[in-house]
Amino acid sequence: MNVRSQISMVFHLDKCIGCHTCSIACKNIWTDRKGTEYMWWNNVETKPGTGFPTAWEDQQKYRGGWELQDGKLRLRSTSKAKTITNIFHNPSMPSMDDYYEPWTYTYGDLFNAPEGADQPVARPISQVTGEYINIEAGPNWDDDLGGSPVYAESDPNLKNLTPDQREQLFAVERLVFFYFPRICNHCLNPSCVASCPSGALYKRGEDGIVLIDQKRCRGWRACVAACPYKKSFYNWSTGKSEKCVLCYPRLETGQAPACFHSCVGRIRYLGVLLYDADRIEEVAASPTDQLVDAHRSLVLNPRDPAVIAAALANGIHESVIESAQSSPVYKFVKEWKLALPPHIEFRTLPMLYYVPPMSPVMAHRDETTVGGVSEEFFHDIEDSRVPLQFLANLFGAGHQGKVLYALKKQKAIRTYRRAVTVGDIPMDVATAMLREADCSPEEAEAVYNLTSLCTFEERFVIPPMHREEAIEMMRDPLEHKGSTGFGFMESPRRGL
Amino acid sequence: MTIPGPFILDQIFLVVFPYVSVIIFVLVSIRRYRREAFTFTSLSSQFLENQNHFWGLVPFHFGIITVLLGHLVGFLVPRELLAWNSHPIRLYILEGSALIAALLTLVGLTSILLRRLTDPKVRAVTSRADWVVLGSFVVQILSGLYVAVYHSWGSSWFAALAAPYLWSLVTLQPDISPVASLPWMVKVHMTSAWLMIAFAPFTRLVHILVVPNPYLWRKAQVVRWYTKWALRRGSA
Ligand code: SF4
Repeated sequence: MNVRSQISMVFHLDKCIGCHTCSIACKNIWTDRKGTEYMWWNNVETKPGTGFPTAWEDQQKYRGGWELQDGKLRLRSTSKAKTITNIFHNPSMPSMDDYYEPWTYTYGDLFNAPEGADQPVARPISQVTGEYINIEAGPNWDDDLGGSPVYAESDPNLKNLTPDQREQLFAVERLVFFYFPRICNHCLNPSCVASCPSGALYKRGEDGIVLIDQKRCRGWRACVAACPYKKSFYNWSTGKSEKCVLCYPRLETGQAPACFHSCVGRIRYLGVLLYDADRIEEVAASPTDQLVDAHRSLVLNPRDPAVIAAALANGIHESVIESAQSSPVYKFVKEWKLALPPHIEFRTLPMLYYVPPMSPVMAHRDETTVGGVSEEFFHDIEDSRVPLQFLANLFGAGHQGKVLYALKKQKAIRTYRRAVTVGDIPMDVATAMLREADCSPEEAEAVYNLTSLCTFEERFVIPPMHREEAIEMMRDPLEHKGSTGFGFMESPRRGL
Repeated sequence: MTIPGPFILDQIFLVVFPYVSVIIFVLVSIRRYRREAFTFTSLSSQFLENQNHFWGLVPFHFGIITVLLGHLVGFLVPRELLAWNSHPIRLYILEGSALIAALLTLVGLTSILLRRLTDPKVRAVTSRADWVVLGSFVVQILSGLYVAVYHSWGSSWFAALAAPYLWSLVTLQPDISPVASLPWMVKVHMTSAWLMIAFAPFTRLVHILVVPNPYLWRKAQVVRWYTKWALRRGSA
C-alpha cells in the first residue's frame, strides 16, 4: 500500500443555480491577462448542451484521455512514437474556433466620437487582432438553452438515447436542464501529465494538485489535446500552456480556492482523500462497467489503523490524516456513495466528484409538480424528464446503476425529511423508502445536514500544507518570509 | 590603401564570422536560459490557425531536419560518404533524396510565409524577429537549392572540401584554402549560415535547444515532492 493524499472536491449539482460567480472569481484572479482572455479554468455549462470548448465530451473529435488497447492504457492523442510528428503539428489540437475569439469593445469611441446626429456606439473588436469582429461564439454561449435544437441537441451525451427519451428532454415549454460547473479534476491518472514531451506537467506529491511548470513548458501543446476535459489551455501570447492551479497559493494559506469560496449556491465541498497510489494503473484499466466501483475502491478509510500507519510511513503529516478523517468529500464519495466522477470512461480518474441532480429528475413529465409518493416509490426516477441514461452517460460511464443508487437515496432522504418537518407523508412510508434506498435515518440526517445546513468549515476542510517545514529545511523562515513571491521573478513576457 | 581583396573578405566571412557566431550563440543561449527560461518555447501558432499550419510546419520541419542531418553526415564521416558516392547509382539516390528534402523545405517555408502574411490572427503574433528568421531561411534555402542544381554533386565536394574547412575551424587551425575557390553562391550560403547561428539565440529558434528528449524513456506520470526536493536542496 502506497498511501498518498489528494485534495479532492465534490460539486452538489442540485444546489447549483448557474450564477457563474465561480467563473468570474477565477477569471479575475487568474486569466485576466493577454493570451488568456478566452480561458475559463472554471466554467459552468448548461446540460444538455455542448459546453466549452464546443462538444468537448466528443472524443471522436478531440481524442482526449486514455483508451484500452488489449488491456493496456494508451493515450488517444499521442504516444511515444507519435511525439516527434505531433510536435510539428498536433492533429488532435483544438483551435481557437472551438472555443471563441475573445473580444472587447471600442469604449473610447463613446467618449471621443465627434459630434454627430447619431449616438456613438462601442463596436466589438477582437482581442487577438484588434480588428472589428462579428461575434459568433462566446464564453457560455449556450447558457440556459436547454431545449435549443442547435446547442442542446448536439450534446454528445445524447448519443444512445431513444427518440422517446429525447422527446422527454425537449418537450416544448417544459424544457428541463441543469448546470454543470467544471474545473480541472486534478486526476490521479492525468493524461495531460503523461502526454507532455518536456515533462513540464506534474502532480504535486503532497496534495495531488496538477500543475504546469511555466519555465519548462515549451508550447508543444500535447496536454491541450490529451486532456479529455479540455482543462489545459494554450496561451497564444506567451506560447505556454496553462491550467487551473486549484488556487494553491490560497490553499497553502488555509483559504478555499476562489471558485469554492465565492460559490453562491454553496454547492462545493473540498477535503483530503487518502488513496493507494500503487493501484492507479490497475484501476484505470478496469472494464468500463466496473470503473466507478474500482475508482471508489482506491480511496482508503482514513480511520483504518493500517492505512494510518502506511500514511505516516509515507511521510504524510498527522494533521493531514486528521483532516482526511473529517473530509466532507470522503463522506459523499465513500460513505454515502452519492458523489460520482464525471466521465470516468476517459480513464484519467478525476478527483472532482458530482452529486447527480435530483430536481430535473423529480419533475416528472406527466405531472406539473415534483413527483409525489406512489406505490412504486422510485418509478418517477426511471421515467423522469432528464432520462436516467443521460445522467448515466455523464456520471456512470453509460451504466445506470450507480446513478440510480445516488438518485434513489437522495429522493428517499427528501421524502424522509418531508415526513419529519411537514408531516404530510407517513413516517413508515418514508422509512421504507430509506430502507429501499440503502440509507439509515442517521445517514439521512447527516446527508441533510451536510447538504443544507453546512457551514463554511464543514464544506472546506483544508489540510495544513506544511510548506513552512519544507522551507525550514532550506533557509531561515524569517528571512524567507520577507522575500516570497510567485517563485520566480521573471516577467511572463513573450519571447522573440 | 588597397581595397580589401576577396581574400580578406573570405577571411572575415569564413573565419571571423564562424568564431564570433558560435561564441555569441553559446553565451547568449546560456544567459537567456538562466535569466529568461520562460521565453524558451516554440511559440506555436497552431491554436490560432489550424489548417494551413499542417501544410507549412510539417514539410518544413521534416525537410530541414533531413537536410541538416545530411550536412552533419558530410561533416562527420566525409570519407565514408565519398566511398558511398563512388558508385553513380548510390550518388544519384543520395543527391535525389537531398534534393527532395530541400524542395520539401521550400514548399513548407512558402506556406509558412503565406500563412503568416495572410492570416490576421497569426500576423498579430508575428514579431520582427520572426521576419528576420523567415527571411534568412529564404536566403539559405534558395542559395542551397541553387548550389545543388548548378554546382552538382555537392554531397561529394562537400565531403572533400567543406568538411576539411569545418574541421580546420573546429581544431582552431582555420584554413579556408579548400573552400576559397568555390563559387560565390556557395560562399553566400556558408556566410548566411554563420549569421543565422549568431542571431538564433535572440529568436524563436531557441526551441531547437529544448526539444523533448527525456520523453522517450520517462515514466508516464510525473510526481514532484516539495518536501523531498527541499530536503535535497537543504542538505546540498
Ligand atoms: S457559483 Fe456555485 S452556484 Fe453559482 S454557478 Fe458557480 S457552482 Fe453554481
